[in-house]
Amino acid sequence: MHLSDFQLFVLITIIKIAVVLVITLTAVAYTVLLERKVIGRIQNRWGPSRVGPFGLLQPLADGIKLFLKEDLMPMSVERPLFVAAPVIALACALVSVAVVPFGATFKIQGVDIFQVSNVNIGLLVILGITSIGVYGIALSGWSSNNKYSLMGSLRASSQVISYELALGLSLVGVVLRAGSLNLRDIVNSQIGHGFLSWNFFGGLQFVGFFIYIMAAYAETNRAPFDLPEAESELVAGYHTEYSSMKFAMFFMAEYANMLTVSCVATLLFFGGASSPFEGWLPAFGPAWLQAVLPIFWFVAKVFAFLFLYIWVRATLPRFRYDQLMSFGWKFLLPLAMANILATSLIMALRS
Amino acid sequence: MNELVDTIMHLALFLIFGGLAVLAALNLLLQRHPINSALSLVVVMMSLAVLYWSLGAEFLAAAQIIVYSGAVMVLFVFVIMLLNAGEEERTKGSKIASIAGFPGAVAIFCLLSFVFLSEGHKLGLSHLGGSLDEATSNISQISSLLFTDLLLPFEVTSILILVAILGAVVLAKKER
Repeated sequence: MHLSDFQLFVLITIIKIAVVLVITLTAVAYTVLLERKVIGRIQNRWGPSRVGPFGLLQPLADGIKLFLKEDLMPMSVERPLFVAAPVIALACALVSVAVVPFGATFKIQGVDIFQVSNVNIGLLVILGITSIGVYGIALSGWSSNNKYSLMGSLRASSQVISYELALGLSLVGVVLRAGSLNLRDIVNSQIGHGFLSWNFFGGLQFVGFFIYIMAAYAETNRAPFDLPEAESELVAGYHTEYSSMKFAMFFMAEYANMLTVSCVATLLFFGGASSPFEGWLPAFGPAWLQAVLPIFWFVAKVFAFLFLYIWVRATLPRFRYDQLMSFGWKFLLPLAMANILATSLIMALRS
Repeated sequence: MNELVDTIMHLALFLIFGGLAVLAALNLLLQRHPINSALSLVVVMMSLAVLYWSLGAEFLAAAQIIVYSGAVMVLFVFVIMLLNAGEEERTKGSKIASIAGFPGAVAIFCLLSFVFLSEGHKLGLSHLGGSLDEATSNISQISSLLFTDLLLPFEVTSILILVAILGAVVLAKKER
């Protein structure tokens, strides 16, 4: 059978989307297991160890459990919005992976297979989708008709809106250096001298990186900024009234967001899929190895960020609400602006 | 061959999201609960963003999503949630609304469509798909325009926003 260019394009794209989606969902499931394991070891206990070898099948068991649970819906919820909220949250969390380049440029039939979609404004797409994700949280709390849910969702959305500013501004330094919002271009601007040309080291963007990582922890409602789910005050925050798969969707959305944040941190500050010795070591091995090795580096970097997330959660206590707000507005935001000024000054002096 | 497919896909996108925008706008008027109306407005904004994108204005599309759907409308939804506004009550409506409102709306619609149809060539044409490829980015075009030809309006707008921020701070500040 002979396929036209367009049919091939559609076919490869659909396969790409399916594979990336499956891998993302699997990664989400295993991030949960990783978190339980690592936090277990940090707290001097084993973590899940009964299902399968080393507890490796635990995500599967959790998934079956959540599927089979009864799906409770309280009497006085706003029904359509109550159902729509977890869908919005999960969809927004999963869509942003579409613009992430997770390997070197490698074309089959003219289609880049290591990135679902190469968009000129990839970074803005990610920021935009994150800002839409607020609706999932806000609507879930409101439609639950429960004061704890409402308090949780108000906290979550105000936190996300406040830290979005610092998050966006912390990335401007990187965009200035790359001169583009295309994620592939941003990665390519960090190539040449191994890890020394990464934005974190060679680009002197470590201030931007620390602002980004702190704002991102707040954006994803993770410890130490997990006030929306502060169980000692709010039961479980915005998903108090959710059960079964609807709860699971919020849960998956949280971990998918962690994954996206780690991917963006890798792409913007740590050279994306490029190896730390790139430019120093000659390329070796057959062509397939050269195509696969960048993916290995990308996964390793993302894994390191996920590990950092878990490590931080196991180490730091929760912020107080006013501390959270003043930290975001009075410390991170001015620091991000100063970072932009300093970066552009240095760039202007160098050119 | 490829250009034909391209045009068809862009036309399909336009029809789907143009229709979605119109439907959501109607839904905004017909819904009784303010939060449903606000969410319909979000759908309108997002479909408009897709239309911008399909015309080649990527940056405008992203700005539309981030600023309008992501910030302004979240604020709207927030206020509705906090005020706990209930369903609006339907009244018969004033007579002026039915006498002047509907004919007025029809008149404005006719006027606008007449102007756009008869003077369309003066507004210039844009092609579906625009300059959407990986080589050209319209951010550099926008920024060079913004910082050369339109510098004065740009700066004046930023001063206006600064004034608004100061006003908000003054209003929110507690009396000592």
